[in-house]
Amino acid sequence: MEETWEGKKPGLKKTVFGALIAIALIVLPHFLGDYLIHVITMGLLFGYLGLAWNLLGGYAGQFSFGHAAFFGIGAYTSTLLQIHHGVNPWLGLFFSGLAGLLLGLFIGFLCFRYGLKGPYFALAMLAFAEMLRLLATQWMSLRYPLGISIPLKGDSFADFQFRSKIPYYYLCLILTAGLVYLMRFIERRKTGLYFKAIRENDDAAEAMGVDVFRYKLIAMALSAFLTAMGGTFYAQYYLIVEEESAFGTGISVAILLGPLVGGVGTIGGPILGGFVLEFLSEVTRNLLGAYSGVHLMIYGALLVFVIIFMPNGIFGGIKVLVKKVCKYGG
Amino acid sequence: MTIPGAGVVLQSIVNGLLMGGVYSLISVGLTLIFGVMKIINFAHGSIMMLGMYITYWLYVLLGVDPYLSLFMSIPSLFLVGLILQKFLISPVMGAPEHNQLLLTLGISLFIENLALLVWTPNFRSLEIPYLKKAFLLGPVMVTVPKVIAFVFALVLSGIVYFFLKKTDLGRGIRAASEEREGAMAVGINLKKVFYVAFGIGTACAGAAGTLVAPFFYVNPQAGATFVITAFVVVVLGGMGNFMGAFLGGLIVGLAESLGAAFMPGQIKQFIIYVIFVLVLLFKPEGLFGRNVGR
Amino acid sequence: MGFLEVDNITKTFGGLVALKDLSFEVKEGEIVGIIGPNGAGKTTLFNIMTGFYRPDQGKVIFRGENITGLRPYQICKKGIARTFQLTKPFANLSVLENVKIGAYNRVSSDKEAQEEALAVLELVGLYERRNEIASCLSVGHRKNLELARALATKPQVLLLDEVMSGLNPKETNEIIMSVRKIHMKGITILLVEHVMRVIMTLAQRIIVLHFGIKIAEGTPKEICEDPKVIEAYLGDRYEIAGSE
Repeated sequence: MEETWEGKKPGLKKTVFGALIAIALIVLPHFLGDYLIHVITMGLLFGYLGLAWNLLGGYAGQFSFGHAAFFGIGAYTSTLLQIHHGVNPWLGLFFSGLAGLLLGLFIGFLCFRYGLKGPYFALAMLAFAEMLRLLATQWMSLRYPLGISIPLKGDSFADFQFRSKIPYYYLCLILTAGLVYLMRFIERRKTGLYFKAIRENDDAAEAMGVDVFRYKLIAMALSAFLTAMGGTFYAQYYLIVEEESAFGTGISVAILLGPLVGGVGTIGGPILGGFVLEFLSEVTRNLLGAYSGVHLMIYGALLVFVIIFMPNGIFGGIKVLVKKVCKYGG
Repeated sequence: MTIPGAGVVLQSIVNGLLMGGVYSLISVGLTLIFGVMKIINFAHGSIMMLGMYITYWLYVLLGVDPYLSLFMSIPSLFLVGLILQKFLISPVMGAPEHNQLLLTLGISLFIENLALLVWTPNFRSLEIPYLKKAFLLGPVMVTVPKVIAFVFALVLSGIVYFFLKKTDLGRGIRAASEEREGAMAVGINLKKVFYVAFGIGTACAGAAGTLVAPFFYVNPQAGATFVITAFVVVVLGGMGNFMGAFLGGLIVGLAESLGAAFMPGQIKQFIIYVIFVLVLLFKPEGLFGRNVGR
Repeated sequence: MGFLEVDNITKTFGGLVALKDLSFEVKEGEIVGIIGPNGAGKTTLFNIMTGFYRPDQGKVIFRGENITGLRPYQICKKGIARTFQLTKPFANLSVLENVKIGAYNRVSSDKEAQEEALAVLELVGLYERRNEIASCLSVGHRKNLELARALATKPQVLLLDEVMSGLNPKETNEIIMSVRKIHMKGITILLVEHVMRVIMTLAQRIIVLHFGIKIAEGTPKEICEDPKVIEAYLGDRYEIAGSE
């Protein structure tokens, strides 16, 4: 008999509830104006990126401060392939993912082979992201001083460009929902448990037959692959790629802030956090004008607040209450 | 890559050492904080930036000589350190290390972007007539503000060293950084130790900011480049190792300057990151060795 | 060819010699105790045997295969499991999840891992606490969990590092019973202990380490009467009470 802390009746309730939400999400955009659809789409995107980060950070326990490296690599790969070689952006999406995967394997191999953990791993990731930003600045800024623009091709699925925001919304919804399913699939099985074991105590995990190096690498590669594809989506949405927004610390922080606010190591957390973040971004943008650095200030303050007062995030905090997790365990 | 002549190389060496003194001062502060509290203070650079602005505004608004403003920047940034420690750092002393790092990252983001908002991204410079001088030391041209910065940096580092070695509180700080529980057991007031250590750390950063203001472009993001360099120095020198940070600062200053002589601008920054990663990967205990929480 | 051999192991840390030319053999199905004062090198020995350290010299041979230098997870796969002196539970996971992770060492399906884990929990007496979060457990239960996790990996050899330390007499008896049950299943056990009562009752053979050197080896009775051992460690002639 399966061990779950929810019996059968709540399970049925959950399915009905879930179906209602799904229907609501599907019809939603037709009732909203462009601006709101934009906000929701961005919320979903950061939810997606947060989930991807969370795979490595919340589940495998390796907090990366440099996920912009993968985001940017994705954005640049598909865009450059499109501009220079006419590669269809959908194919470019795949190549972005691949680029992210390879970069993730490379960085992961170095970091994990040499035992980088905790804050040292976090800083190394930051360094890698910065190195990529400097490289991009060096190579791109002469030819593309304002960033690489993707030429407006019109409104078609094939070109991965749409005049209305609605197709973007649906695409983002599919990506995010897909990732949620993937996470739920992984979470309860061997891989998910192995990730959590590594997060909790990697020596003990190793002694129990977990190939820690391999699984960290898997988490990294998967996280990188997914994040890179998010970068491509972003590029196709805004039709411009430049090194600060692609590889900058701002995006690294934005990616990890969602899971932190919503609850690292949960599935709902990054999504909720993504929306909170997007909401805050929009509010500050409207209140304090077009100056772009302000939202970083808010991010900084939010980061400090969350770390001090709710390090488990919103959902994490709920989990603590519901499962009666010992906060003061040894 | 251009091969410079001997004169240029010599010039680079001198400039590198002079700048290295400032790096030493910043890094000594950073390594002190890490050694005692095991906290990686990402906000170190933005605090240095605050020091720069204090000096700038005191000069522009009140005509205070930049070096006199040390009397302002050092105590105020010491105070800032105490405040940060009391309200933001001490709640997370028991948290996982990556959370502590996120906290200091958040603080640095906040300070830096607040500065951007309030003072605009404009680069400002201190135009101070008596500091516009330079003199020749053999074949090498040396600018006055850099020499003064170097001298003051050395003196301030020396004062910190003296404090740590000779005073009771300083010894308490050293004891706490070696063995926290043992220090508690012999009655050392850890809370006080943490406050003072963090305060000295931030004061060093602030002082460094003051010292470079006369010859550096003052802008809200000035701290960012310094903090990474400081990280490299601290990791190279061994985290928590005073001497390592001090000597490391000089070495990195030298290496950076020589590097700039051979390679163009952006590459310099890139190389610093590469060194950072390489040291983290291969020699986390630094060149001079010390404990690393790996 | 023996079952488990430790062959001339030497290990130095900086200037300190932790183990010097240590050799001994363990036969299949034995319970061997390892005793010695703190710093004698016992945990270092376990760390070398399970791949956490590499010895400077010497080998560890298991079933004829040289396992020296293999990574810990590989050694676990080969059939040697261990507990840690300072317990390392997966704090935020449930007791069941903790043990399930060990079970995945041999099986891949969730169903089998679940069954295996529940069976192990039943054996050590933690079944009722299976859904509790590991960080909430008392010391005694945590030690039991260490044991359960190692057991779930289906080892042929179990290395227990001071699994009884910090326990009250009742808890100690419970663990002794669990260890006996495990031994009856045919698992070879090496245990490092300070609690003399435990070693003397459980171990069939005892190896005594002192400053990294083996100073004696024999049955509990022989060890108790060995003057070298008495001088270095026991302090006084030790009487064995009770039956085996």
